[in-house]
Amino acid sequence: MSMINTKDLHEGGIIREAGNAAAYKTGDWRTFVPKFVAENCIHCMFCWIYCPDTAIEIDASGPKPLMKGIIMDHCKGCGICAQECPPAKKGKSALVMVREEK
Amino acid sequence: MEQKLVALSGNEAVAYAFRQARPHVAAAFPITPQTEMMHKYAEFVANGESTTEMILVESEHSAMSAAVGAAAAGARTFTATSSAGFALMWEVVYIAASLRLPICMALVNRALSGNINIHCDHSDSMGGRDAGWIHLFSENAQESYDNGVMAWRIAEHMDVRLPVMVNYDGFIISHTADALYLLPDDAAWKFIGKYNPAYTLLNPEKPITVGPLDLTDYYFEHKTSQLAAYEKAPAIIQQVSDEFAELTGRRYGFAEEYRLDDADLVIVLLGSSAGTCKDVIDQYREKGVKVGLKKLRTFRPFPHAYLARILAGRKAVCVLDRSASFGGQGGPLFIETRSAMYGLQVPIHSYIYGLGGRDFDLKQAATVVESLQKAAAGGEVKDINLLGVRL
Repeated sequence: MSMINTKDLHEGGIIREAGNAAAYKTGDWRTFVPKFVAENCIHCMFCWIYCPDTAIEIDASGPKPLMKGIIMDHCKGCGICAQECPPAKKGKSALVMVREEK
Repeated sequence: MEQKLVALSGNEAVAYAFRQARPHVAAAFPITPQTEMMHKYAEFVANGESTTEMILVESEHSAMSAAVGAAAAGARTFTATSSAGFALMWEVVYIAASLRLPICMALVNRALSGNINIHCDHSDSMGGRDAGWIHLFSENAQESYDNGVMAWRIAEHMDVRLPVMVNYDGFIISHTADALYLLPDDAAWKFIGKYNPAYTLLNPEKPITVGPLDLTDYYFEHKTSQLAAYEKAPAIIQQVSDEFAELTGRRYGFAEEYRLDDADLVIVLLGSSAGTCKDVIDQYREKGVKVGLKKLRTFRPFPHAYLARILAGRKAVCVLDRSASFGGQGGPLFIETRSAMYGLQVPIHSYIYGLGGRDFDLKQAATVVESLQKAAAGGEVKDINLLGVRL
């Protein structure tokens, strides 16, 4: 993300562009990372609902939304998605936390 | 412009001025000596003379917070407080300025605790001098009213967009009935005009974020942007004062001068003590002593270049501070004035006076003039002195 100079900032530090958090990459804070195991996913969208950021990528073009994976630029590794992911396929979850290798 | 001559206390006068701006929202908590000002305002609302939405809050921290919220939503907003109430607002006082919200505040100057004291000094306002507000000071009910009318134009000017506090001395001005001229409501409204907010939180078509987390990457740039506003404010203060003079015949600026043109000796001060000094200056003028007064009206932004120009070539300057800066090199007004005069080679000294409402009388003002005479004659005068206190 390019840095804005003082003269181009809005007065009062107001952010006038809605939804610009997508351009703000914060994915370098984490230690653990969710690993997506596609064959265990039932596309319940719990991860998408519970993710406190915008890190769950979905395909919303069809009649039902489909879980696609994790957007690593926004994932902080909080693990909430893995916690909420139901073990729906023979006791196995689609999201598991693993230590990220840098 | 035909103006009505009335007798009002300073509190009533400022309530009257704020009403004429037709604010949308007021949020305040009562504290002596400000209470009467909000009583008067509540009376306007109860009588149907004002449509201002009054928010009853549980503390001054909440009052300032409510004012910030209302102003960010796009409402013309004011609050009023004194002393410890202002101290409790502290955190949010900075936020109002940082968000560039043109809130107006009546700050009825009162000493800070401890010990508890309800009377006038300027330590409340001075404690907030680096918070980013514009500080206007008043000598009497007339000037308090006039500042209360002009404050909106200064605060809301697109080049400024900063909160403004109208300071007037607790009890001495706030509770004393004084004769003053009031503008008719329609003339005041025509002068102040409708408020056009720079942004509003309440527009779903244009969602914005106000007051986000601002860390090492942008905070400094935002403060730099804020600093620029204080460079622009003096010209706007002058412009608004000039327009006000055309309307009312009462001319203000950064300062009022009294018998200053040929003065060798100059007193610099803020607020109601100017009246006492003017009387004593008249007495000394009759004896042939060339003494004059520079009563500052704006403490923030501090008119340093202007003051340096006015004070250059004088024989001695004495600054009167109605607050102390504990551990500092004199009171706040002295620190600023001496800094403005850097390199001028004019002797300057100061007195701290009137703390906790101690009367500033003719004898004290005479002591000041005599100290100026001594300094001008090359006599030794300490740079920081106390006035009217038992040692």
